[in-house]
Amino acid sequence: MAGEGTILLEWMGEAPMEGDLLERVRQQVETTFAIPTRVAAVNGSPADSLDPRRGQHSSTRILRWILTTLPPGVAKVLGITDVDLCIPVLTFVFGEAQVDGPAAVVSTARLRLTYDGRPASARLVEARLLKECLHELGHTFGLVHCPDVTCVMSRSNSVLDVDQKRAGFCRDCRQRLRALTEERDDP
Amino acid sequence: MKAKGSILVVDDEEIVRDSLARWLEEDGYQVDTAPDGQAALAKLAAQAYAILLVDLKMPGIDGLQVLAQARTLQPDAAIIIMTAYATVDTAVQAMKQGAYDYLVKPFEPEELSLMVGKLTNTQALRRENVLLRKALKRQCEFKDLVSKSPKMEAVFELARTAAKSNSTVLILGGSGTGKELLARAIHAESLRREGPFVGVSCAALTESLLESELFGHEKGAFTGAVGSARGKFEIAAGGTLFLDEIGDISPKLQLDLLRVLDAREFRRVGGSQVIKTDARIIAATNRDLKKLVDSGSFREDLYYRLNVIPVTLPPLRERKEDIPLLAEHFLAQFRTEMRKPLESLSGEALEMLMAYDWPGNVRELRNVLERGAVLARGPILTPLGLELGPPTLPPGAPTDTPDSLREVERRHIEVTLKQHNWNITRAAKALGIDRVTLYNKIKRYQIREDE
Repeated sequence: MAGEGTILLEWMGEAPMEGDLLERVRQQVETTFAIPTRVAAVNGSPADSLDPRRGQHSSTRILRWILTTLPPGVAKVLGITDVDLCIPVLTFVFGEAQVDGPAAVVSTARLRLTYDGRPASARLVEARLLKECLHELGHTFGLVHCPDVTCVMSRSNSVLDVDQKRAGFCRDCRQRLRALTEERDDP
Repeated sequence: MKAKGSILVVDDEEIVRDSLARWLEEDGYQVDTAPDGQAALAKLAAQAYAILLVDLKMPGIDGLQVLAQARTLQPDAAIIIMTAYATVDTAVQAMKQGAYDYLVKPFEPEELSLMVGKLTNTQALRRENVLLRKALKRQCEFKDLVSKSPKMEAVFELARTAAKSNSTVLILGGSGTGKELLARAIHAESLRREGPFVGVSCAALTESLLESELFGHEKGAFTGAVGSARGKFEIAAGGTLFLDEIGDISPKLQLDLLRVLDAREFRRVGGSQVIKTDARIIAATNRDLKKLVDSGSFREDLYYRLNVIPVTLPPLRERKEDIPLLAEHFLAQFRTEMRKPLESLSGEALEMLMAYDWPGNVRELRNVLERGAVLARGPILTPLGLELGPPTLPPGAPTDTPDSLREVERRHIEVTLKQHNWNITRAAKALGIDRVTLYNKIKRYQIREDE
């Protein structure tokens, strides 16, 4: 699953970057996709992403901004933020990705809370973040949602859904991912 | 990977279209977008969509107008209306106009997931249902004949095979079993379907009239023949000639018919010119032709000439499992003809139809249901509107099964006599015995006509 370029995990949160957390996620991402992966903090932020009425940021606008700032030699960029994300018609989203495109974004805001709104443990947050990173990056490689609720590519509508799934692809999605990357390497 | 189905997102806000499209694409749907009602209608005219997500408030053609047009352009597409709090009333109105559901913005991701997922499943089931119904309909129908009984399926199979040939077909069966319908179906399935289907009832006409009807006549052939006329054999050229009640034709006509079937040519009454015929013959009778041959009233050679492909239609009492299917078939016909919202029979009414013996076969069933449909006040036909013929058991008779064979015979004769209003000839015919035997049995069992 080589492919050209690297995967960039781009910290774009309002709080300082949690280096250790992101490093552990990076290692897992690199192992899973077998593509060199690095972490960097971003310079600047999209000016128009905040919806002041809702106090949330538009994941679509953030995604568009990421696309305008793609560094050279990078195959996939995953923006990681700590602000709560939404799209206009939905109350929130955990993240957004371009299916078979170069960019995705994921938020830690809701991953830090338990289902009833209390702070979640650091270990749980890390596990959830890893799953959502694999999920959104899976989309950028062309994968769509999986009906297997334990597969990392299943749709998550709540943190309970995130907790239910494993930090890995089911057999079908793994095969599909391999086929999609081979198709890309050898068109 | 194959896309799950296509969805059209209609919203005047670009960010809504873009984000919602991406969200649905992650689920594997093929998503198309339209910025306004006008563009949406253009897309609806050009491509089929499974689901439409339409914003209610848009400049120009609004969501309700898109909904109304979409119902005509793509009646199978499910429409979900997206609306803000302030316009919930309008969304309710949209539901009344046929929208599948509505979502109040912003909605929970789970709400949208569930709704779209449920819709996709329902649509898949509906498609499957349509396919299965079509397959079932093919299995149960042969043109206008409806049945799921194994006996009738064998009849359909034989008729389909017969349709492919030019051979003479002899249809046997009681009155009302659908002999003419089967003849028409064979014609419609045959290569002669573009040619005429010409029917003659041989029992309805006198010998000389039938002769002229079949072969035509020249001017002056008989008193009143002021001009020449073509007969049914000529009219049926290139098509099918259906000779109904063939068992009732006179010995002279039997001979004439035999000659035509042998030589494929004839002369008009009073004419000398030989006319060739290529009409395919389908004959039918409710009489036992073999018995008529044995008793000498039907020519044996003609019998064998006609009996090339014999097809026997079973009486309705031998295929009672068809009654619900036939009832549904006729109700659907009456619904259209009478423009009445007829839906089905009540359980009790169906039970009643199933218990009856149907001496008049499918025709009688149709007539009973037609009367019921005319009288029906609502969509369900109840026993009140369904009037069946004479009861299968005489009033006051024990409903338990009789012990002896003699008792069964006695009761059966009694019932048959009542059904035929004590017409001995008809009752004897229905019982398959001759009049003398019936008289003897009436005497032996001391059966008496009610006052």
